[in-house]
Amino acid sequence: MHARTIQPGFSLEYILWIFTRLSGLAMILLALIGVAGALLMGARTQMDLATLMRWTFFPNPNHVVNSNIPDVTLGWATAFWQIMQMLIVSLGITHGFNGLRVVIEDYTGQTIWRPILRGLIFLLWLFLLIIAIYVILAS
Amino acid sequence: MSLKRNVGAVQGLAYRGGSPMIAWVLHRISGLGILIFVGFHVIASFFMQQTGSDLATSINIIYESWAFQIVIAFFVLFHALNGLRIVIQDFYPKAQMYQHELLWLQWIIFIPVYGLTVFFLIQRGLGSG
Repeated sequence: MHARTIQPGFSLEYILWIFTRLSGLAMILLALIGVAGALLMGARTQMDLATLMRWTFFPNPNHVVNSNIPDVTLGWATAFWQIMQMLIVSLGITHGFNGLRVVIEDYTGQTIWRPILRGLIFLLWLFLLIIAIYVILAS
Repeated sequence: MSLKRNVGAVQGLAYRGGSPMIAWVLHRISGLGILIFVGFHVIASFFMQQTGSDLATSINIIYESWAFQIVIAFFVLFHALNGLRIVIQDFYPKAQMYQHELLWLQWIIFIPVYGLTVFFLIQRGLGSG
């Protein structure tokens, strides 16, 4: 069971291991801040549970079809919440694609497929990151 | 260093790792599920914003259905709680000794929170028709 050989010291694998844990903690914190912010801005009387969750993780008017609540939209459309969106979406996508890489590399050996799959995952990660930040800035 | 396993699928399923193994399997499945969900979600948001097409609307309607939300709520809540347990165990190695207790605690937190979420989602799903 040696899918990955981890060199002792400061390797990329080690940095990503630390990153996975820290970004996970950060995302829990960001989600709590999102829920608190939504409730402070009146979500308690204006949103149902599913809408609250939706806006907690990605408070964006283009996010879904039936979430256009005008009073709350005004509250969210500030630089602070845009930065929060960018943080949670970039941390989430990076955390997720690194997780996909770890799972895939658990089941593939050191063959030619490893660099190919790594390249594909890297391209997908970059693509989604650019699209997500574009959606935030353009809305 | 290729992976050599002399274990078949049936033997692998028969491996009794107990609740930590179930948590490990669920963590992987929920993580990949969230990644697929978030990936399509970002793309759907992009097309919603740029084109407002029927395709984007139909993808988003799937995400808004209460049946889908029950599944994704399980994935997100389980992944968050289990991830928190893993972080605690990795950063305070002494906590590793109490893995089973932490797992019990995790389920004790998970079941009422998830149960309430499902209750409200079903109530809303049936109420709005």
